[in-house]
Amino acid sequence: MSLNLVIVGAGPAGLAAAWSASQSKANVTLIDQYDQAGGQIWRGGTHAAPKRYQHLFAQQTELRYLNKTHVIGANADHLFLATPNGPQQLAFDRVILANGARELFLPFPGWTLPKVLGVGGLQALVKGGLPIAGKNVVVAGSGPLLVAVASQLKQRGAIVKAVVEQAPLGQLLRFGRSLAGYPSKIGQAAQSIAMLRNTPFYPNTWVVAAEGAGAVQQVRLSNHHSIECDYLACSWSLIANTELAQQLGCKLEHSFVLVDRGQQTSVNHIYAAGELTGIGGEDKAIVEGQIAGFAATGNYQAASQLAHKQAQARQFSQQLATSFALRPELRQLAQANTLVCRCEDVTFEQLQNQPSWRSAKLQTRCGMGVCQGRVCSSATQYLFGWGQDSVRFPIHPVSVADLVMESV
Amino acid sequence: MSSAIIVGGGIVGCAVALELAQAGVQVTLIERDCLGSGATAAGMGHIVVMDEGEAQLKLTLYGQQLWQTLTAAHPQRHEYHECGTLWVATDAEEWQLVAEKAAVYRQHLIPCEILDAAALYAHEPALRAGLVGGLLVPNDSVVYPPKSAVYLWQQAEKHAAKLVYGEVRSIQANAVQLSDGRQLHADAIVIANGQRCIELLPELPIRAKRGQLVITERYPNLIKHQLVELSYIKNAHASSGDSVAFNLQPRPNGQLLIGSSRQFDRTDRQIDQQLLSTMLRKAIDYVPALADVRCLRTWTGVRAASPDGLPLIGQHPEQAGLWLNVGHEGLGITTALSSARLLADQMLHRPAALDLQPYLPRGLQQEQR
Repeated sequence: MSLNLVIVGAGPAGLAAAWSASQSKANVTLIDQYDQAGGQIWRGGTHAAPKRYQHLFAQQTELRYLNKTHVIGANADHLFLATPNGPQQLAFDRVILANGARELFLPFPGWTLPKVLGVGGLQALVKGGLPIAGKNVVVAGSGPLLVAVASQLKQRGAIVKAVVEQAPLGQLLRFGRSLAGYPSKIGQAAQSIAMLRNTPFYPNTWVVAAEGAGAVQQVRLSNHHSIECDYLACSWSLIANTELAQQLGCKLEHSFVLVDRGQQTSVNHIYAAGELTGIGGEDKAIVEGQIAGFAATGNYQAASQLAHKQAQARQFSQQLATSFALRPELRQLAQANTLVCRCEDVTFEQLQNQPSWRSAKLQTRCGMGVCQGRVCSSATQYLFGWGQDSVRFPIHPVSVADLVMESV
Repeated sequence: MSSAIIVGGGIVGCAVALELAQAGVQVTLIERDCLGSGATAAGMGHIVVMDEGEAQLKLTLYGQQLWQTLTAAHPQRHEYHECGTLWVATDAEEWQLVAEKAAVYRQHLIPCEILDAAALYAHEPALRAGLVGGLLVPNDSVVYPPKSAVYLWQQAEKHAAKLVYGEVRSIQANAVQLSDGRQLHADAIVIANGQRCIELLPELPIRAKRGQLVITERYPNLIKHQLVELSYIKNAHASSGDSVAFNLQPRPNGQLLIGSSRQFDRTDRQIDQQLLSTMLRKAIDYVPALADVRCLRTWTGVRAASPDGLPLIGQHPEQAGLWLNVGHEGLGITTALSSARLLADQMLHRPAALDLQPYLPRGLQQEQR
């Protein structure tokens, strides 16, 4: 009987893992919550992905693709799925987790106004057809994503009023110089920067408030500028989607899944790749995905040949983390009445005197709403230094009927 | 007695803290996690008069009266909501139970109303077709226990009660030892830490009965009363094995809590998928529209069950100065206030409102000593 390998997430890391696993005789099941594979980076299908990943779907391969499927929980040898055809239990011998990251939102006055969005969120909406031509956009927060998305928006006709980066200029320059070691990144960065040559770029600066009636109309910055806009796109950082890894018992370190050189987590037979193990973008996702796919199917030699690339990708990831580390001033942005949990309408003031995240949840219901703390738990971790609570089943809200499983 | 240490800052420990602090006792409350967590946070918060025997009925009724007094000034602070309990009868046998139950309640002057099938559907149109009737107990209510626990604690704090965070490792005469090495002394020690009491006092006849609950998104108009199957007691109080009983609660904010299940001797937090499925199938059977209701999360909690279903309230039979308020099974929210009052009455040599005999600590297991 061949090995049952389940890959969760069909972005670059998951597809790379599926490709290298397909070199062996494994039974590969690839799961993604969206209709089409590609993830955030190759959003909307694999046509943006390298050819070999497109072939995964074209050929008569052993690959089984379960789309529009959420993994809602796990035990030692089964994943619990919510599929369009109802609940399903999927037995596995090995799992590769490649379910990526999401944006960190930090609360500041006005962050809940309509048309204040995540940078990745706005990017996805625009890719999905939101008309952006002629609209005034401020892109703010931290990280290379700001410049990349700002240039894409400009390409589509948006008027990018400013790119606002909280990291100090010196740190950015050091980061720029370090790119010399990563030729592929230089090309991307140069393109984006060329596209933005007439766009104001404010380093060492951050949003202190978004204002407007009904929707954002103006953004106030820490440098005392105010900018009128139709959209404010904010991205402070990316945070790994570790909920499933946690349910499987994988150890975390600094909120990322801890892996060894073969991408194996602290739990035998569970692997992780891509943003889950540290934010590093496409290159890191691909190399880690490939290694995980090889290692999980016993192809250790092929895996070890990628060790150098893996080390480089991880080094880049480290550099990103240091260069764009969030400054302490960002903890002071929220006012007493600023919402921190938008699902349950919990303000900063209500949380301030809570002794722990658990107590905050019980007493204010912070993080107990529809998003299950996906937004506010990371924010409160940053704001108050609170730890995390256990992850509750189901990881995604599903119907009662979807929780009724056939007997195991 | 001038000082007391209370082990456990759940609803029972906080209620005892207030009772004693109000009477002038110097109270120290020890909590390992945060106030109102543990079983207090895991349960449904149903304030219900239960009629499995005279002693249980009196303790729960007394508890309900004290809850009404406590919440009268600020019902919002407790998210107090008098939704009533509707006991649902599915067949002739359960319909017979309706009459018996109504007779017991009426004997104790507890308002209740027998509903035939038509009246049942008029009250709760979401129930499935083919049911025979029910019994409505309108004074039963729900609260949000973690907030109530903190409220009780804040009142105790006004009477100079002190809170210590820590884990109790052992108990000596008039002292407790914490795992970080601290030792605290008092005239009296009160054990109010639920199922964990057996870690400190293995001789207590307390067993873990684990439950699982589901909470949903907001559906404010689906049901109005807490719906419980009439065979609840029969199903819930089997003495071994896993069991489920239909129990569905509308929270004041429109969320629904779906229960209930019982598993002996399990204290881990891993959801038992099979038991959860059985429980939810039963819930859908009673309220078919539940199938499409979206669930936010599930969790487990551990009830502390005594062999006869009644809590242990009073002095440890073999250790002077050591007091117990444990073993409330699934009724700890309802009986928190009444048991705290009855315990304080004993500790302070005050007359008590109920005959204490049925609740006194009993059934210690000698062979385990």
